[in-house]
Amino acid sequence: MHEMSLAESVRGIVEDAAHAQGAKRVKTVVLEIGELSSVEAEALRFCLDVVLRDSIADGAALEIDAVPGTGWCLACDRSVPLAQRYDACPECGAYQVRPTGGMEMHVKEIEVE
Amino acid sequence: MCTVCGCGAGEVNIGGAGFSTRARPKQGATRGWKAVAGQASAPDASPAESEHIHAVDHHLHFGAGPAHAHAPGLTQSQMVKIERDILGKNDARAGENRRALAARGIFALNLVSSPGSGKTTLLVRTLRELAGRIPAAVIEGDQQTEFDAERIRATGVPALQINTGKGCHLDADMVARALAELQLADDSLLLIENVGNLVCPAAFDLGEAHKVAILSVTEGEDKPLKYPDMFAAADLMLLNKVDLLPYLSFDVERAIAYARRVNPAIEVIRTSATSGEGIAEWLAWLERGMAKARAARRTACPG
Repeated sequence: MHEMSLAESVRGIVEDAAHAQGAKRVKTVVLEIGELSSVEAEALRFCLDVVLRDSIADGAALEIDAVPGTGWCLACDRSVPLAQRYDACPECGAYQVRPTGGMEMHVKEIEVE
Repeated sequence: MCTVCGCGAGEVNIGGAGFSTRARPKQGATRGWKAVAGQASAPDASPAESEHIHAVDHHLHFGAGPAHAHAPGLTQSQMVKIERDILGKNDARAGENRRALAARGIFALNLVSSPGSGKTTLLVRTLRELAGRIPAAVIEGDQQTEFDAERIRATGVPALQINTGKGCHLDADMVARALAELQLADDSLLLIENVGNLVCPAAFDLGEAHKVAILSVTEGEDKPLKYPDMFAAADLMLLNKVDLLPYLSFDVERAIAYARRVNPAIEVIRTSATSGEGIAEWLAWLERGMAKARAARRTACPG
């Protein structure tokens, strides 16, 4: 989905940060992508390949840290791992699980020189 | 162009005026990342972070500002902690839209669905029912053409068409520009019809009070599970075209159960623009939302 728009946002954030550091080149971009976020990491990687071309981060290595999904099961009254939004609680099998973590999409850090 | 959904940096047109999607303002300071003593021994520090912190200690005399040397050798690399949300700019703009709308008591909805779910027909029926009682305006999002805006204008309601070009969703910046063009009345209703797409619009906050997902019974009842992000983001699901149920094998209860599996709190109204079924309930839902928006404005700015 919309990974191209997200890739453009990533480029904007990376460029801002790199310029603020007075960097000549960005060598590595580290993203943090939650398993329950609305982004497909591999598609984003593909789009970033294109979007970062001719930017200060041209050719930069891309590291994507996956953040596991977690949810709050209303039936169990506790936090449980959640691989998909529509999964049942692994403990009780109920579908009353509210996602609480793994929804983030962050640019975590960049390596510049 | 994105090979997944076809979205990309195409031309965007708002009410006929073209502008490039690249016109995103640069804003917000970048936070430099400094190693502090406590962080080096933090138990949750990843190996990579620890390594960076040690590198800082070794190269502090280089005086390289807030970042620090990372790799040994001739070139001096620096790791710069950013921690910025990829959707941060969109969300900030959406927040501005939301505050601007709230300050004027305008109740805004973001209508999302797959193409062909009957969004525009339902909107036309809704606007006809509200005509003369409630001031309304519509923002129409489509890749191309002004067909939908023309259908809305035929009801006498002002409509602004946004053509996203190659884009697969509306974003908060497009809506902010549209709001500047529209002369919205205080305490009115704003209906934003997003690009027909059950995937991408889920992630983009426009500043609306609620996302409303429209699922027509000519689609599969398993759509909420196939496209969970959208049904998770919506507060209301309109199960549309229910007048066609006698001709279909669509299992209404199963569709609703699937939607609630993804989003236990989602409200559901069964509607048909053709037969009028559920329209009264939908209008009552709209009027409750509008009353709430008006009340919030009065509380915020009495008098």
